[in-house]
Amino acid sequence: MDLNPYDSARQDSARQDSARHDTARQDSASQGTGPSAVPSTAKILIAGGFGVGKTTLVGSVSEIRPLRTEEPLSDRSVGIDDTHGLSAKTTTTVAMDFGRISFSSQLVLYLFGTPGQERFWFMWDDLSFGAIGAVVMADTRRVADCFASIDYFERNDIPFIVAVNCFEGAPRFEADDIRIALTLKPEIPVVLCDARDRESVKKVLIGLARYVMLSRSQATTASRG
Amino acid sequence: MTPRDSHGERWFDQEAGPIVRPYAVTNGRTLPDSSASFGLIDVVVATGEGPYGHFRPGPEHRRILGVCRRPTPIVDLTSEIDLPLGVVRVLLGDLTNEGMLRIVSAQRQPVPDQRLLRMVLDGLESL
Repeated sequence: MDLNPYDSARQDSARQDSARHDTARQDSASQGTGPSAVPSTAKILIAGGFGVGKTTLVGSVSEIRPLRTEEPLSDRSVGIDDTHGLSAKTTTTVAMDFGRISFSSQLVLYLFGTPGQERFWFMWDDLSFGAIGAVVMADTRRVADCFASIDYFERNDIPFIVAVNCFEGAPRFEADDIRIALTLKPEIPVVLCDARDRESVKKVLIGLARYVMLSRSQATTASRG
Repeated sequence: MTPRDSHGERWFDQEAGPIVRPYAVTNGRTLPDSSASFGLIDVVVATGEGPYGHFRPGPEHRRILGVCRRPTPIVDLTSEIDLPLGVVRVLLGDLTNEGMLRIVSAQRQPVPDQRLLRMVLDGLESL
């Protein structure tokens, strides 16, 4: 049984690899089961404005774990004297959470909530590198909060769907109203969800996976034709 | 001038807490001495070999090697040993340079292939 899909996949994707990632990072993977088996890994980004329910959504379907990373301190936030000559190296540690879903057959899916505040933009490239795609969460009371995320994913050619978190007391809209408000392309799915509900969140993630499979296969066909 | 607390640690602000010195364990290096890039979900494993030269692994190197006796995604490793990601990347660079650790599977670029997508979809549907 082939538990590692990377070997055959490598040749398909090698052609597309960008120059900055052309180092031989993939040694021959060990095969087998048990503790020495190499898990396949994938990740999905959960984006949206502050307080839209990203952490709630991640917690509904996955085990939450902490991750420490660093935030560069800009000259704006620290006195000039402190960073003189050292600005590129001055950081403070920040904590973030991520979700981990361990499937059978050695497949692990990670859910990364993209930090909502402007000062964390530096992390987005790291988080989005190699991601399957993204779920942009929207709150109908503050639709504009997700513009920045949508902008980022469109610019970086990362497929995404929009999930409207249906807060109690928030105005209800049809998915098409949201699509117009966000000026989304017609092919981008918009789904309504309840971030607290596991089944609802599962449907959102399944919707993203299906959309990405479809859009990537169409892209492949188009580039070959 | 940033305030200092009674221990002499500099504080960014009340919310951020003390500015720690995470790169003390890397001797101040902020980037790996390695051409390899370490993606969040790349999987690393200890080889059980090396070091090649006179390199002497520090306590943090040894903790990483301990966790990586079994193949471990970098994000899980970082979470488990509770060091900042940038620090872990520097230490991973040391260990891969010395042949003590290797990347066994890495994220594909620019996008995951259909086979991985199908595996994820099947997994989600069976949750």
